[in-house]
Amino acid sequence: MSVDADLAAIRAIAEAVPDPELVVVTVGDLGIVRDIRTGDGTVEIDVTPTYSACPATLAIELEIETAVNSAGYAAAVRRVLSPAWTTDWITPEGRTKLKEAGIAPPLARSDDDSGAVQYFSQPVVPCPRCDSHDTARLSAFGATACKAQYQCASCHEPFDYFKCL
Amino acid sequence: MASADNIAGIGMSAPDHAAQPQDPAPGPAPGQVPGDLPGRAQQDDLLALLMRIGDDHLILGHRLSEWCGHAPMLEEDLALPNMALDLLGTARMCYGYAAEIEGGGKTEDDYAFLRDGTAFRHILMVEQPNGDFAYTILRQFFFAAFMHPFWQEMTGLADPRLAAHAQKAVKELAYHIRHSGEWVIRLGDGTPESTRRMGEALDALSPYVGELFETDSISIALTTAGVLPDMEVVQRQFDATVAQTFRAATLPDYAPEFAHSGGRRGRHTEHLGHLLAELQFMQRAYPGQSW
Repeated sequence: MSVDADLAAIRAIAEAVPDPELVVVTVGDLGIVRDIRTGDGTVEIDVTPTYSACPATLAIELEIETAVNSAGYAAAVRRVLSPAWTTDWITPEGRTKLKEAGIAPPLARSDDDSGAVQYFSQPVVPCPRCDSHDTARLSAFGATACKAQYQCASCHEPFDYFKCL
Repeated sequence: MASADNIAGIGMSAPDHAAQPQDPAPGPAPGQVPGDLPGRAQQDDLLALLMRIGDDHLILGHRLSEWCGHAPMLEEDLALPNMALDLLGTARMCYGYAAEIEGGGKTEDDYAFLRDGTAFRHILMVEQPNGDFAYTILRQFFFAAFMHPFWQEMTGLADPRLAAHAQKAVKELAYHIRHSGEWVIRLGDGTPESTRRMGEALDALSPYVGELFETDSISIALTTAGVLPDMEVVQRQFDATVAQTFRAATLPDYAPEFAHSGGRRGRHTEHLGHLLAELQFMQRAYPGQSW
């Protein structure tokens, strides 16, 4: 196999690993597999953590290594902090999968945090189930670091919102 | 309380420079010194800085975690441990980085679980007991209002590891400012009871704020070397955030008359010993225990 074909195959294997805390999306959907290099019979895979204390970080790295290793490559995952991950890196497929699982995907570009603090200005998050815009935030924090909790006033379903970061 | 040397009392002597974890190693072998660090003196300063940042985050994260299951409402039961988790992420980065510099088989756990009180270098504010929700949330607001511009400045500075971590932390801290600041406004401009409690929290916390901006020979050397933000720049942003928020909260202008000091030199209040007794219990009672 050519080097390029190898790289494409390795990328496909690495990106197919599901996020252990959010199994509806893969690490490829999240956009955290940043680079793959081969050389001297080894494969180096750059992975960027989503949050600085995301408990899934180590599990994700191990699962990517395991998946690539079991396909017959000697893989080593390198943790790359810069540039920092942002929800802008979630792929369109990832956003679709989140919505189908009842999790509202991040709305737009990540926040610009310069200047005065914007208090009490919540984004209007459309309900992932009925698409109503009549929703309200229940909690700024949710079951994982990446989510906030909302409720839809039209269909009354509570839902998670994947926060912009 | 496990033993007397677990208690970090005010006035106890402490090493004056970098934190010394238990059983201090003679120092890294020449081959273990990372090549991008200019010299031993600056490396010692960097280690001291990592203990300061790491300890601030570990100890405040531990205090926040004490609210888990006890918060005044379910949403805060989620919010406070979530913020604690962000803080632990920064503590782990600092301790992991320090362990790499020091070498000798050290791990992040050695710094968290095997140092005595006088080796900790956090500011006194973060070790104070939680008090009521107003006190906890105002302390969180002060800390976030400091750390946000701190990391913002850090993103452009010379240490690649800290600069990279800063890119992520600055976004997390912006969220903490919004969450805690909204509570400061709700409570400060709320009912007579909430206004009274926020006023009392402000009186109690004000003397602990100045230590955030304290400078000494270590911090000045690091700022000169382009590794640590200029505290005057950070303080200007902090003052602006506090002024904006306190206006909305109808709280009085914040103008502390004095500042407690000592944490950066390992001189702590009696509360630290009690905190460490719980935080370090497992490793002290069952040395070497692992998952």
